[in-house]
Amino acid sequence: MPFALLKYGLKDDFPFEKDPDLPLPTDLKRHYDVVIIGAGGHGLATAYYLAKYHGITNVAILEMGYLAGGNMARNTAVIRSNYLTSEGVSFYSESVNMYKGLANEFDFNIMYSRRGQLTLAQSEAAVRGFRQRSEVNKHFDGDTDLIGPDDIRQLVPTLNMNAGGLPVLAGLWHRDGATARHDAIAWGYAKGATQRGVEIHQQTEVTDVIVENGRATGVKTNRGQVNAGVIIQAVAGRSSLLAAKAGFRMPITSYPLQAMVTQPVKPFLDPLVSSPALHCYVQQTGRGEIVLGGGSDPYPLYSTRSTLPMKEEVLTNAVKLFPFMANLRLLRQWGGIADMTSDYSPIMGISPVENYYLDAGWGTWGFKATPIAGKTMAELVASGGIVPDLIKPFSMERFNRFVQVNEMGATAASH
Amino acid sequence: MKILTCPLNGPRNINEFTYGGEVKNMPDPNECSDEEWADYVFFHDNLVAVVKEWWLHSPSGYWFIAERHTASDEIIRTYDPREIFNERIEFSQVGV
Ligand SMILES: Cc1cc2nc3c(=O)[nH]c(=O)nc-3n(C[C@H](O)[C@H](O)[C@H](O)COP(=O)(O)OP(=O)(O)OC[C@H]3O[C@@H](n4cnc5c(N)ncnc54)[C@H](O)[C@@H]3O)c2cc1C
Repeated sequence: MPFALLKYGLKDDFPFEKDPDLPLPTDLKRHYDVVIIGAGGHGLATAYYLAKYHGITNVAILEMGYLAGGNMARNTAVIRSNYLTSEGVSFYSESVNMYKGLANEFDFNIMYSRRGQLTLAQSEAAVRGFRQRSEVNKHFDGDTDLIGPDDIRQLVPTLNMNAGGLPVLAGLWHRDGATARHDAIAWGYAKGATQRGVEIHQQTEVTDVIVENGRATGVKTNRGQVNAGVIIQAVAGRSSLLAAKAGFRMPITSYPLQAMVTQPVKPFLDPLVSSPALHCYVQQTGRGEIVLGGGSDPYPLYSTRSTLPMKEEVLTNAVKLFPFMANLRLLRQWGGIADMTSDYSPIMGISPVENYYLDAGWGTWGFKATPIAGKTMAELVASGGIVPDLIKPFSMERFNRFVQVNEMGATAASH
Repeated sequence: MKILTCPLNGPRNINEFTYGGEVKNMPDPNECSDEEWADYVFFHDNLVAVVKEWWLHSPSGYWFIAERHTASDEIIRTYDPREIFNERIEFSQVGV
């Protein structure tokens, strides 16, 4: 190590922030009113709204890794509400609306950018499906229309209108489609929560859930045992593993989801473009990089490695949409573990264990739901277990009643 | 490309195969409750461990069982389902 650096490191006036965004780590207390497992977007937002709207501040968020280093750090930040079912559209619309005000609320630039999302219909069946989705969206005050090839050419002049030999027949033009800086959302919620007294404990892994007579009373961690009035698990890809500790199974399978980004180029693409027929989506960031993604891996795995076959598949199809991209170079590639449900809707609310609440099944689509998931989970906790109307359809026991909320078609290639 | 060894066709690229879910004990569809059936269809262990799974070799339409580690992705063993299942299940009777 260079001597100058060592000297600098030992000096008193080392530039520690006087007013750090997050308080320095403290010891774990023996008891919290609420323990939230997982400091991803959902766990952080839940803590924030608990403190802000309900004055519940004796809250600890326990995170096995580092702050928002899971899927919150890995998603491609698509925000949209053009789903298919009434339950889905009303839930996600509320989240999109909350996003619009977050920068003001945090007093922090979340780089919210409403560019619109264009989903391409490359078959007659897709045109029919999109017509239905645009009508459902309008019914819930969404700004979504079915548009034709001329309008699409105007929106995205660089698009190949016969990509992969599948002519673009129409598009679902969702003007509310947006992106935001995912890390900023996490930091905004984390800062707002800790300012109100919430504790965030990183590198604190929950290794067991203590259940007595069907009631959760605490958790065991690598830093000792913590008792809790209420426990919420918000651990995305690891949902089934934690549920097993609490003694039940979930209707979830964990699959890797990969994404990648190219070198930056001049701005050419304003809307977020996705092609369900070609299983890929393409968007350009404010920095000019092109973010590319597709469906999840073909089989379940708890590993965030990225693979060549997935890159080949996504890129082959992306180049069909935008042929000039063939000359670009990839800068980064990564993967996260997505907790997939069979109906592509989340699992929220109560669990078979008393005082143990679920925020799971977010698969490839949970970033956009961060604000509304946090708000409704906080309501659930503050009311002592009364499930808010907005998330009633997403209860885990819907599977036992065969009442699924099917969003597969509206989710698979768009997230 | 990752290689999966099919008990019928030998070692093949993994993209020739389709994942078919965990191997589970199926409740008797004629006898079980809706809840038991839902549990069988929708709920999974989804653990980090060596697990038994159904796989299909798509071009030949052949179903078999693989034992695979769900974190390292190491495939330990593949074999014909007859090693575990020795009876054909008759679905035509269900719901009659
Ligand atoms: C490549 C990719 C692209 C995506 N694109 C989009 C998109 O465009 N739009 C969209 O809406 N969604 C998208 N998603 C999905 C979205 O990122 C997730 O659904 C969402 O982030 C999940 O909620 P979370 O932020 O709380 O999860 P996470 O950030 O994963 O948080 C869960 C946390 O729990 C911690 N944890 C797990 N187990 C334990 C334990 N035992 N003890 C303590 N802590 C534990 C983890 O370390 C992790 O930090 C994408 C996901 C990926 C992987």
